[in-house]
Amino acid sequence: MGTPNQNFALHVEDLHKAFNGKPVLKGVKLGVPQGSIFTVLGPSGAGKSVFLKCLANIVQPDSGQICFDGLELTSRDQTAQEEFRRRCSFLFQSNALFDSLTALENVALPLEQTTDLTSKEIRRRSLEALRQLELQEYAAHYPAQLSGGMQKRLALARAIVTHPELVLFDEPTAGLDPLRRNAVFAMIAKYQRQFGFTALIVTHDVPEALVASDRVALLNQGRICFEGTPAEFSDSTHSVVSDFRDSAAALQRSLAEIRQGIIVA
Amino acid sequence: MKASYCKMHMIVKIFSPMFYWLGRQTLQIIFGIGDFSLFTGKSFCALTKSKKLMRRIVSAVHEQGTVCLPVILIVGVFTGLVLGLQGYHVLSRFGSQGLLGTLVSLSLVREMGPVLAALMLIGQAGSALAAELGIQRNTEQIVALETMGVNSHGYLVVPRLISSLLVFPLQTAVFVVVGFWGGSLSGSLLLGVDSGVYWSAVQRAVEAQDMRECFIKAAAFGVLSISTCAYQGFHADRNASVMGARAVSASTTRAVVFSSILVLVADYIISSFFV
Repeated sequence: MGTPNQNFALHVEDLHKAFNGKPVLKGVKLGVPQGSIFTVLGPSGAGKSVFLKCLANIVQPDSGQICFDGLELTSRDQTAQEEFRRRCSFLFQSNALFDSLTALENVALPLEQTTDLTSKEIRRRSLEALRQLELQEYAAHYPAQLSGGMQKRLALARAIVTHPELVLFDEPTAGLDPLRRNAVFAMIAKYQRQFGFTALIVTHDVPEALVASDRVALLNQGRICFEGTPAEFSDSTHSVVSDFRDSAAALQRSLAEIRQGIIVA
Repeated sequence: MKASYCKMHMIVKIFSPMFYWLGRQTLQIIFGIGDFSLFTGKSFCALTKSKKLMRRIVSAVHEQGTVCLPVILIVGVFTGLVLGLQGYHVLSRFGSQGLLGTLVSLSLVREMGPVLAALMLIGQAGSALAAELGIQRNTEQIVALETMGVNSHGYLVVPRLISSLLVFPLQTAVFVVVGFWGGSLSGSLLLGVDSGVYWSAVQRAVEAQDMRECFIKAAAFGVLSISTCAYQGFHADRNASVMGARAVSASTTRAVVFSSILVLVADYIISSFFV
């Protein structure tokens, strides 16, 4: 196994994971450049969330190598994993906000528990993170009192308050309407530029991802079958890529055929 | 020969599923005990990794102490009342009503105080803890803590365990004192035992060793029941047969049942050392 490229914030080599003997990841290989927005696309059930959870060490991979800035995370080295957790944040699909804590307490939690900052400094930094995400007026509100978009922003505020170098986004736009999807991707792009972290997003929203990302990859049946720039993705003639990319056109064709009575049920 | 072989084969065929089930259950129980011990040990070890602990201990003391106090007071008074009433009628058969204070105080201090106070705290604070942790597990809040580098045992379990060491003995003391008063109410006020006789019997009967037994039991029940409830809530997702809200309700039920059983088992073991 070669030495991971130093320009990559995250380097994944030959990652395998199976559940009850059923393989989900079958040798995933990926390099995420430093300071970029990298999106992993793929149909539902392709293993995107499992891949992300392997990276975040929530799920233990069966084999393979994950390197973050020279730290090997699959070596079971506790120090490396603790350092990775200090320098990385994870944004859950469900936001995973603490429902019994206010917005301010949610944002302050990682600072309180993982740093030696004073209470005053923690409060200042938490309020600053809320202000940057336009949530300062809602500091005393509980997550249940906020709208879906605000909750997403609050989860992002909690993720960036520790100034991470890598943020992992698990389907950040799941269940949102097109306008909110655009807003979430715009928010990620805006704050990624502002804070300079590396963003790794898994999603199946192709148009938004292509606009917001620096690089994209397509995960299909447990393997990366495409990796390149959004322009390369748009021009790719790879059958899986074109099927996934042109799914709307394919639907249009199917509907036209149904209307013409060509398809017999 | 062939007939006996067939008979043997039949017996094996009938009993093998039973032995298989018995073996599986035994292994599961052993695994459960081991896993629970590791969980409790891990929680105590996480004590040093948890920051800003005092605020969360105060909050846990409020949950287990202030919130549960009314139940402790009510159950304590009625336990004392019933003990006074039943004790008076039993003792009056032998003309020993003067020993009512002894009966009520020793029953409360040695057994009923620690056990009933623990069962009440399990019903209120323990079940709430199991449900809260179960929901936090279901909504990925516990996983979120771990991805943030926060020690989930240190953050969620340690303050409750420390608080239980403080609150269970205190609540037991309140229960016992209120129970004495309940016994006096039914014995002296309603049934005519002399108040001075009752209270002097209480004073004479309770010795330092009884108090020690009472507080040791209360502290042990506190740690056992709170760690059982925390364990059940923390692993609400382990039972594959139920998911979601039903998994939370199942884990809460298990928490209350197992911790109540454990309290009674521990009561017997600790009593056997003191008697």
